[in-house]
Amino acid sequence: MLLQVENIHKRYGTAEVLKGVSLNVVAGQSKVIMGPSGTGKSTLLRCINHLTPPDQGRVLVEGVEITSANLNKMREKLAFVFQDFNLFTHLRAVDNVAVGPRKIRGMNKVAARDLAMRELERVGMVERAEAYPAELSGGQQQRVSIARALAMEPKVILFDEPTSALDPELTGEVVAVMKQLASDGMTMLVVSHEIGFARQAADEIIFMDGGHILEQGPPEQLFASPQHERTRQFLSRIGEGGAGA
Amino acid sequence: MSEFLEFGAEHLPYILEGLPITLGLWALAMAIGALFGLLLAWARLYGNKLIYGAATAYVEIFRGTPMLVQMLFIYLGLPEIGIVFDPFTAAVIAIGLNTSAYQAEYFRGAIRSIPRGQLQAARAMGMSQFQGLRWIILPQALRRVIPQWSNEAILELKYTSIAYAIGVSELTARAEKVGYETFMFFEVFMLLALIYIVLTGTVAQILQFLEKRTAIPGL
Repeated sequence: MLLQVENIHKRYGTAEVLKGVSLNVVAGQSKVIMGPSGTGKSTLLRCINHLTPPDQGRVLVEGVEITSANLNKMREKLAFVFQDFNLFTHLRAVDNVAVGPRKIRGMNKVAARDLAMRELERVGMVERAEAYPAELSGGQQQRVSIARALAMEPKVILFDEPTSALDPELTGEVVAVMKQLASDGMTMLVVSHEIGFARQAADEIIFMDGGHILEQGPPEQLFASPQHERTRQFLSRIGEGGAGA
Repeated sequence: MSEFLEFGAEHLPYILEGLPITLGLWALAMAIGALFGLLLAWARLYGNKLIYGAATAYVEIFRGTPMLVQMLFIYLGLPEIGIVFDPFTAAVIAIGLNTSAYQAEYFRGAIRSIPRGQLQAARAMGMSQFQGLRWIILPQALRRVIPQWSNEAILELKYTSIAYAIGVSELTARAEKVGYETFMFFEVFMLLALIYIVLTGTVAQILQFLEKRTAIPGL
């Protein structure tokens, strides 16, 4: 098992956002987490790499538990793609991608740049390698941020609503890159409502509601015959499943 | 006018012998202020309660008392408890500690103005807090602080004249001496003012150039 998430709890004040969530991801799998907003999907993702430390529960990558002592080393294996990209404003696209390999993995300048160009190639951004983030569109920025994640050669990439800050006409290019990664065998855990990606690229859909995993299964099964009323309501609201499908 | 030029030609060389002292005071004090100011900014942003409290007290004390009083205390007060500095060193320390309190606040503001998400992205890649600050936040914060820092640099360049009160032979002290020797106070202080204007103007130009050179395209 590549990624094991066991019994994660997270509370903000009196509100319990995550009420004991467990899930596993096998190498090469991609799983999509869906559910109404405010159900703790993003919090779960942030708890997995301890950007938000969970109150309780464990996260293991390749059988090794994340602790405060090995946190930085473990995070190299768990790349994170943010909703609002969070590119480093002062660095060109290529340097955004190269900075991790250089400063964290100790790669030399030339090797890091070569690696960065290869990853930019993968996301179709080689032509804009010398541009600064503020000179790129949202979709281009998100593709660079995916290249930045890839350059750490992680075991898993966590995507936190990677297309929800984008104009509708720009989501396609990001989804295309994600589909390609999934078919290349990258292990991915994705919080997203992108039905196209979920249908075509996900091995499993995880449906969350109220801080719990309500149900999970292969997309064709979950979309065609959801077991829970909450899932049905949610799917029909985002235009999927239910009577019309 | 020609009298003024004559006066200048005669006394300028003597006054300008103080220029290396003035610039030395200023450069050393600004350097101390920058290093110490960064440390204080870090302490106020990321320190625990104790470190935060100490740094805050420092900033309030040095911003809340006159620099001349601080300088006199260091030069005349500290010897009573056995700490003795020569006038130049005492002046550098006083100006340096004073400007560090102001620079700390400018650095702190600049660091806080960088979107938090970038530090999170750096941490999520596996950078330590220090690496994230060093490679991601600081390069941006330092760019952003240039306008305020350049105000502070110009202010401190003028404040080096206070060192004359403890007998440092910088520009102002020398000009005053010329004044008492010639009794041409009007001319000598006009001349001194011109020298300071050239200095502050040059510093402002250099820092403005630096600001343009380091600007991030697209922002």
